[in-house]
Amino acid sequence: MEFNNCSPIYLQIIDSIKQDVVVGKLKTGQKMLSVRELAGKIKVNPNTIQRVYQELEREKITFTKRGMGTYLTDEEKIIKLLEEEISDKIIQEFINGMNKLGFSNDKIIGILQEYL
Amino acid sequence: MEYILTTKQLSKYFYQKKALEKVDINIEKGKIYGILGPNGGGKSTLLKLAAGLLKPSGGEITIDNKNPGVYTKSIVSYLPETNYFYKWMRIKDALNFFNDLYVDFDMENAGKSIEFMKLEEKEKITSLSKGMLGRLKLSLALSRNAKLYLLDEPLNGIDPVSREKIITSILDVFNKKSTIIICSHLIYYIEKLLDYIFFLSEGQVILEGETENLRNERGISIDKLYQEVFQ
Repeated sequence: MEFNNCSPIYLQIIDSIKQDVVVGKLKTGQKMLSVRELAGKIKVNPNTIQRVYQELEREKITFTKRGMGTYLTDEEKIIKLLEEEISDKIIQEFINGMNKLGFSNDKIIGILQEYL
Repeated sequence: MEYILTTKQLSKYFYQKKALEKVDINIEKGKIYGILGPNGGGKSTLLKLAAGLLKPSGGEITIDNKNPGVYTKSIVSYLPETNYFYKWMRIKDALNFFNDLYVDFDMENAGKSIEFMKLEEKEKITSLSKGMLGRLKLSLALSRNAKLYLLDEPLNGIDPVSREKIITSILDVFNKKSTIIICSHLIYYIEKLLDYIFFLSEGQVILEGETENLRNERGISIDKLYQEVFQ
């Protein structure tokens, strides 16, 4: 995994996991890699992964089974929310970028219709 | 908070020249630290004091609550920048040398590490390239079951493939009970490993903090921050 070192790495890993959940690369209810396994795989400090898992658990995207590890939620509601969160983010970034270029919202709609 | 290493007003002078001046740092267990700064900033001096190879000119340094000595040397694995092998040695001899010297040396792990680093036990040390030598030194240092690892410039003069292997090995040895301090000015490659950094310049800590917080607050990488601070 390539990181942009200008923003916190744990946030980037969280985003990437969320993305994987939404596109189905990670299956709902599946067991997640252990902290050590994931740290070794993407070559970051295990403390960073610890933080990632704490945050995912706080957002109820994962849960821990005592002594068995971390699992991905199978609640459709949460997956749906994730989908919205990610698409919101992409749209927001797009609109911001276009606004910065001087496009009004009306014009953006026009361009989008034409493009699609 | 449990500290594995602390310094209080630690100073080191070489005759008139100050190498460290009144440095206060606390190193927690179970974290990876970066001591970053330009050459001559005092990084290596700090590690040598922690390794018990130098005596402080003033102030104090403790490791696991003890002053550097026989006990601290038994729990500290120090990777020096210099080449400390004898000319006649083959890699096998270096392994045996470490095995005789340190009770916590894990010969089995060392063998695996040597293999992972694509080195052969029968090779003569004088015939090794700089990258191979760097990999060998790191294999040896990380094959001790130490509480504290002090790594002085582990990536200096190392090619990209060796670099990845070294980073993997560092992560492999790191766990809740161990602590790693890495001195380097090649920040770009190691910053994703670091929990916490100290910037050391002219013998003093001029900036410190958790890497993720620093990235968050400033919106730049540690590498970029370094360039801004030391430009």
